[in-house]
Order: sequence, then C-alpha cells, then structure tokens
Amino acid sequence: MELKATNISFKYPSAKKYLLKDVNLELDNNKIIGLIGDSGSGKSTLCKILSGYVAKFEGSVTFDGQPLPTKGFKPVQLIYQHPEKVMNPKWKMEKVLAESWDVTDEALKEFGIQKSWLTRFPQELSGGELQRFSVLRSLNPNTKFLIADEMTTMLDAITQVQILESVLKIVKERKMGFLLVSHDMDLVETICDDKIYLKDINGV
Amino acid sequence: MADKSKDVSSIYSPIANMNLRTKTLLTIGLTVFILVAVVITSLFINSADITTNFNAMNQPPSFEHLFGTDWMGRDMFTRTMKGLGLSVQIGAGASILSSIIAIILAFVGSINSKLDSFIAWLVDLFLSVPHILLIILISIGLGGGAFGVTMGVALTHWTSLTRILRAEIKQINTSEFVKLSQRFGKSKIWIAKKHILPLVITQIIVGTILIFPHAIMHEASVTFLGFGLSPHEPAIGVILSESMKYLATGNWWLALFPGLALLIIVLLFDIAGENIKKMLDPTSANE
Repeated sequence: MELKATNISFKYPSAKKYLLKDVNLELDNNKIIGLIGDSGSGKSTLCKILSGYVAKFEGSVTFDGQPLPTKGFKPVQLIYQHPEKVMNPKWKMEKVLAESWDVTDEALKEFGIQKSWLTRFPQELSGGELQRFSVLRSLNPNTKFLIADEMTTMLDAITQVQILESVLKIVKERKMGFLLVSHDMDLVETICDDKIYLKDINGV
Repeated sequence: MADKSKDVSSIYSPIANMNLRTKTLLTIGLTVFILVAVVITSLFINSADITTNFNAMNQPPSFEHLFGTDWMGRDMFTRTMKGLGLSVQIGAGASILSSIIAIILAFVGSINSKLDSFIAWLVDLFLSVPHILLIILISIGLGGGAFGVTMGVALTHWTSLTRILRAEIKQINTSEFVKLSQRFGKSKIWIAKKHILPLVITQIIVGTILIFPHAIMHEASVTFLGFGLSPHEPAIGVILSESMKYLATGNWWLALFPGLALLIIVLLFDIAGENIKKMLDPTSANE
C-alpha cells in the first residue's frame, strides 16, 4: 500500500506566492512517518491535498497507483485538530460514531470511551473525550491510510499518549499507513520511524 | 436575593414566581388555545344561521349583540367569528404552501450552484414587486375565491423563508462535519436528510408560523379591495369594506370590532411564533 504525491504545487486563490511547490512524497504502511514544519508552512494544506479535501492543485496524488476515489468511502482519512468542528451539534455521540462504522465494544474500551458518553451531545464532552470519538470514528475498517493533522496538540501529555498508543496499536494490527503531522519534535522522535521536514521537500 | 421570594407582590402573584421557560410555555399555550378556540367556534357557525332580522337593524353593541348588528340586522359577533375562522384557515393553507415552496427551493439550491443563483434571482424578483399587486394578479388569474387568494398569498410569501433557509443550508454545507460525512461516502440526499434538515427544522417551524400574520393581513386587504373572497362570504375583508358605506351614518361598531378582532388574531400569531422560536432556539432569545 502506498500513498504517493508527485509534483504537488498549490497556492490559495487570494495569494500571489505558491505555498507548496513541487512537493514529492511517498508514504507506505511499513513505516510511521512524522511530518514536521513551522506554523503556516503548509502542513495542513498538504494533508488536505493528500486526503483529497482540496481538489484544485497541480500535480497528482495516487493511492496504490490509482487516483483518489471521488465517490464512496475514502480510504485516506484525515483527523483534525478540533474534534468539535467535525461533529453535528444536534447528534448524540452514538449516532456520530455510527455514521462511519459499527464500532465494537473492544474498540470503545481500547479508546477509554465510557458507555454513558454515547448518549451525550458533543457539547457535553471535553476536548480529549471528543478527540477519542473523532479518532475512533475515522478507524473504519475501510480506512487504509490515516493522516493525523496535529491530532493531539490540544490535549495534555497523558491523554496524548493514551490516544496515540491506541491508534498505533490498531494501525499495526490492520497494517494501515499512518502519517503524523506535528511541530512537537519530542513526540515525533518517540513515535515515528522516520521524519520528514516540510521545508526540505517544499521547493518554494 | 433570597428575601425577594417573600416579597408581598410575588406571594400573591403566581406569574411573578414562574421562570422564563414556564412563562414562555404558558404564553404559547394561551395563544394557541385562543386561536384554536376561534377556529373551532367558527366551524360550528353555519353561514345559513347568520340570518337577516329587520327588527334589529343597525343596533349598537349590547349584551344581546356584542358587536352590534348591521343594516340587515345580522349579528356582527357571529359574522366576525366566522370571518376570523375563514381567515385563519386561508392563512394556514397559504403559510404551509409557501413553506413547502421555500423548503423545496432552498434544498434544490444547495444541490447546484447555477440553480442556486437562479433561486436567489427569483427571490429578488418576487421581493421587488409589491406583494399586494402580485396577490391580486394571481388571485384574479386563478379565478378568485378562497382558492385564488390562498394561492396568491402562498406564491408571494415564500421569499423570506427561502432566503433564511438558503443561507442556513449554505453555512451547514460548508461545515466540517458535512465534509467529513461526504468522505464517509454518504450521499447528498442522506446528508440533506440527516444532517441539514434537523438543523433547520426550527427555522421551518417558526418561519411557517410567522408567515401566518402576513397571510391573514394580505387575505383581508385583498378581500377588502374586492379581489379576494366573494361578497356573500363573511370574511373580515368583506365585513370591513361593507362597513365603509355605513361609517358615515355613525355605525362605528361595524368597522371597529371586526378590525380589532383581526388585529388581535394577527398579534396572537406573532406572539405564538416569537415564543415558539424562543423555545426551539434558545440562543435567539437574547437577540
């Protein structure tokens, strides 16, 4: 399994300069890669391009040699920094999870989600609790590649470790690809097999 | 502050002790009760029972005839109640029809951007023509009567709700949970049903109720001008236009009471709508 980005160039319509220029990236499910970059360097934009959120860019992104599918469940899923934005405020948590897949009890346990949280609304849970839901939801059996964009930045150190350990366990079990985007060097050093600096691969 | 509850005024006034939610619920209950009572009363009044009685012509208000009698001796209270019931029924038909138009247009607009610009243009077009003119045109075009008026009002009052729904749906469509839903492979129709509709249902309900007062007022004014309901029906507009001829002879009650009753009905709808909005969408209560 391989997620390959070839000659990616991107600029926002209002901007004059390119944010990303001729970025080449090859990711697979053998190694966990950490992507490091300063604030505003285009990390999140690159993630959105890799996961198919942004469609208007130069270059190409292929997954197993095929372009990213435009219909149906997307094999490359992106986890956001802010879980509260990706949940319908009028939905209870069990409905939020069910939108993606029928989550098993073991998975709930693995992520430390209590059954009583399932009947609550997103506003009634804390950021850490919501992020557990957000991560678990993206771990649909059809997900082949997971991109975590500053997934744990807003959480404290202990919650960070708990969530990341659970994710890594499932990622290894299912042989999924995993890209961790962060500006926390220590975290990347601990978790990732290899690290890439965005400024090294970005030709701006 | 604890001493406040022992205040003389609040001990004897149960309303002062209620919290805002109870008060709002009470207001909604009362207004809806009065409106339903008016409609039910009017349904029990048979038009044939409003008979002419030339022994009791042009009588001022009394306990026997609360709203007085007209130049043919008909009891004005009965006529007014029947007219109000008719107005509310036409208002209901027109409001529900316009809401359906608004919902369809707003959702169709969210599917395709070209259709969306067309709908925005259509809203502007309908808003730029005076309502009353369009209602008269449509009403005459459809042959007048209750059907013509209802359609006339329905086809002119969908604009504001369409605008609100269109804006709301646009905002929800750009939200990240809708984008994520698409990434989970959900179809547009699924998203519209499960994500968007529950979030705009408040606007739909409140919007429909708030079209009522406009619909009733416009129905009455078109009928008053003679383009709406036929003169033999006891509509408020008919009553008011007939009373014009007798005002000069001093029969003030012919216009005052039916006019006042219409105003109260319209106000009741407005109060009910505003309070239901407060209940369903608490954040709007601070506006």
